[in-house]
Amino acid sequence: MKRRVFFALFIALFATFVTALRAQVLFERLLRAADEPQNWLTYSGTAMSQRYSSLSEVTQANVRNLELKWIYQVQSLEKFEATPLVVDGVMYTVAAPNDVIALDAATGRVFWTYSYAPSTLARLCCGRVNRGLAILGHTVFMGTIDGHLIALDAKSGGLVWNVAVGGARPDTGYGFTMAPLVVKDKVIIGSVGGEFGVRGFLVAVDAKTGKEAWRFNTVPGPGEKGHETWAGDSWKNGGGPLWVTGSYDPLLNLTYWGIGNPGPDWNGDKRPGDNLYTESVVALDADTGALKWHFQFSPHDEFDYDSVQVPVLADITFGGRPRKAMLWANRNGYWYVLDRVTGEFLLGKPFVKTNWTSGLDAKGRPQNVKSPTPEGTLIYPGNQGGTNWYSPSFSPRTGLFYIPSWMDTYSTYIKRPVDYVEGQRFTGAGPIMSVRMLQPGPLVNRRLPEEGYGAIQAFDPKTGERRWAFNMSDMTESGVLTTASDLVFAGGRDGYFFALDAKTGTLLWKTSVGGAVSAGPMTYAVGGKQHVAISAGNALLVYGLR
Amino acid sequence: MRATTGAVLGAILTIGVCAAGQQKYLPAEVEAGGRLYTANCTGCHGPEGDGVGGINFSQGKFRRAATDDDLLRIIARGIPGTPMAPSGMSESQIGQIVGYLRSMTSAGDVTSANGDAGRGKSIVEGKGQCLTCHTVGLNGLHAGPPLTDIGAQRRVVDLMRSLTDPGAEVRAENRTVRVVMKDGKTLNGRFLNQDTFTLQMIDATDKLMSLDKSQIRESTLLQTSPMPSFKDKLSAQELADVVTYLASLKGRS
Repeated sequence: MKRRVFFALFIALFATFVTALRAQVLFERLLRAADEPQNWLTYSGTAMSQRYSSLSEVTQANVRNLELKWIYQVQSLEKFEATPLVVDGVMYTVAAPNDVIALDAATGRVFWTYSYAPSTLARLCCGRVNRGLAILGHTVFMGTIDGHLIALDAKSGGLVWNVAVGGARPDTGYGFTMAPLVVKDKVIIGSVGGEFGVRGFLVAVDAKTGKEAWRFNTVPGPGEKGHETWAGDSWKNGGGPLWVTGSYDPLLNLTYWGIGNPGPDWNGDKRPGDNLYTESVVALDADTGALKWHFQFSPHDEFDYDSVQVPVLADITFGGRPRKAMLWANRNGYWYVLDRVTGEFLLGKPFVKTNWTSGLDAKGRPQNVKSPTPEGTLIYPGNQGGTNWYSPSFSPRTGLFYIPSWMDTYSTYIKRPVDYVEGQRFTGAGPIMSVRMLQPGPLVNRRLPEEGYGAIQAFDPKTGERRWAFNMSDMTESGVLTTASDLVFAGGRDGYFFALDAKTGTLLWKTSVGGAVSAGPMTYAVGGKQHVAISAGNALLVYGLR
Repeated sequence: MRATTGAVLGAILTIGVCAAGQQKYLPAEVEAGGRLYTANCTGCHGPEGDGVGGINFSQGKFRRAATDDDLLRIIARGIPGTPMAPSGMSESQIGQIVGYLRSMTSAGDVTSANGDAGRGKSIVEGKGQCLTCHTVGLNGLHAGPPLTDIGAQRRVVDLMRSLTDPGAEVRAENRTVRVVMKDGKTLNGRFLNQDTFTLQMIDATDKLMSLDKSQIRESTLLQTSPMPSFKDKLSAQELADVVTYLASLKGRS
């Protein structure tokens, strides 16, 4: 009798223990995030960053029955760029700049909020924004615009730790706007500041303590490989910022990150050379931060063509054999297929109008590159690029790569002398854009086709061919989500959120969200029902079937 | 004599410094700067740049700035203790505004039309028939841009040019759209807005319309202005009267 009670107690305790483990987001779960599509555990959905979901309740046939299930309005007038996470029915997102909110994913009602007041010294080129969170165990992680990394109790929003990341002084332009990436027991994040002459870095900290584990300088100093690509002291203010989450390949144990512009942006006179590792993707050993390979998209960039995009990892057939590939839609207007084991260049083609280079050579290096001038040089694509930080998507079902695109934009690039002054802009003049980066005043769109337009484009990485384009009257800052029902979800700056046929680009459903979409869509299930979430304007909107 | 020599020398030196401290600006920069100036600066400085005592951009009169760098610094950082606040604009935007300020001296010598505002008002409301397309306050229709605060938006030279050569500059927000619906109906009006799926306009009868693009066969934004030129319709004195009246319209506040 006694033994039976003991046994029952043991079973009960064990069950509790298993439930507790399940409730925790162990790294194993992050690695196999695709196996639990009801959740959305990382910024791009999985470590491969395909922003693809195997959820299939919403189909091409019933997508027209999507309706608004709930809406959450943030107490913030900053741009809402975050992709939420969903863990076992709880949604986590960030109201810019740095307030974390935990919501019931079924109803949108708030469990807790964590408010953070960033230092007033923080200076950002392009908005006091945040793109989301990372989670590991019972802890959610957020980078702040004033250079802190913060760990919160996922159940309560209580502060676990808050570290001022070394060398990330906000008054000199450093700060964090990306969602961090968790790899094993570490949290990885990189700093912004490319318009302020920072020297960029990527840092990995211990998830338990916030203590720095390794650091990769995106602009190598004396003695570091690649330093020879900088003249004199130019490396000290060489830029190389990051603001979009990288990817991770567990079999290779490599983590991949895209790096931004060299400083000063538009005047390369004082930094002759390729300026590594700006405008590059770097593949780093996830345990040590050691550089395994790099590929530079835009050597010695003078057009602010930041290579800060999500590295999309895909296992595809290329040239008749299976390849561990990386797909990359670059701000410079070219999209690329790279071998992610070696960094070998496999393919590179323009996806928008370009004239800054005559084309790429066999190794992917741009040829006959133009330069800004004191009189102005007209360059396609414009300064915001062919795309930007907006998440692309890869569907393993269609085999297509989907790119949010700014079509036919151009800028007149002007070069002027500039000297570095700590904390001040260090850009060397700039572009006059055909398309304004931010819409001033009320959101009224008077965009004309000849001034550029937005599109979602689908490309076949096997052939390099464009399959289709869905055009919008205004630009788009939306990410793209693909699902196993061959749906593409995306939006645009003109305030629509829509679903397309992933194979043809045909419009299947649209809804007016009443504000610009400047975030990536994601999908999850709660109570067995598929939901699709998008941040737009100053609200988070969640849709489900009627 | 010595004093005069000193003053002349000083003037020459000042001019020299100005010339040395001024860059050349591209037409595109000046144009972009003009848009920024209208949106951000006219509230205090006015369209002619003479809204603040002791300063007149049209005459190149500055209180604290000699060089372009001075102007850049002031626009970027503001002037502590004065209503001139830091602009929060980018370096290149500020550069464009400086380019526009420099352009004002060459274009804006005429800061007054020397007409009679009262007579101008009568023409606008009477024989000019301006209010059949424009509004002043609550009077008039909306197919053309509102004139209620046009004097706070545009310079005298701009107003005169718009009256005599309306097609010379049609701002993006003032364009006319011609729409042919799939049922054959044709609509004309001032283009208000558009997005991927819809188009908004206001027609000559003051009707606000939002059209579903799937019902539109074709739509064309006209490059020309529907406004007639008043060059031969009004005398030089009448034109001066109208411009004087328009320049006096600074909004309802």
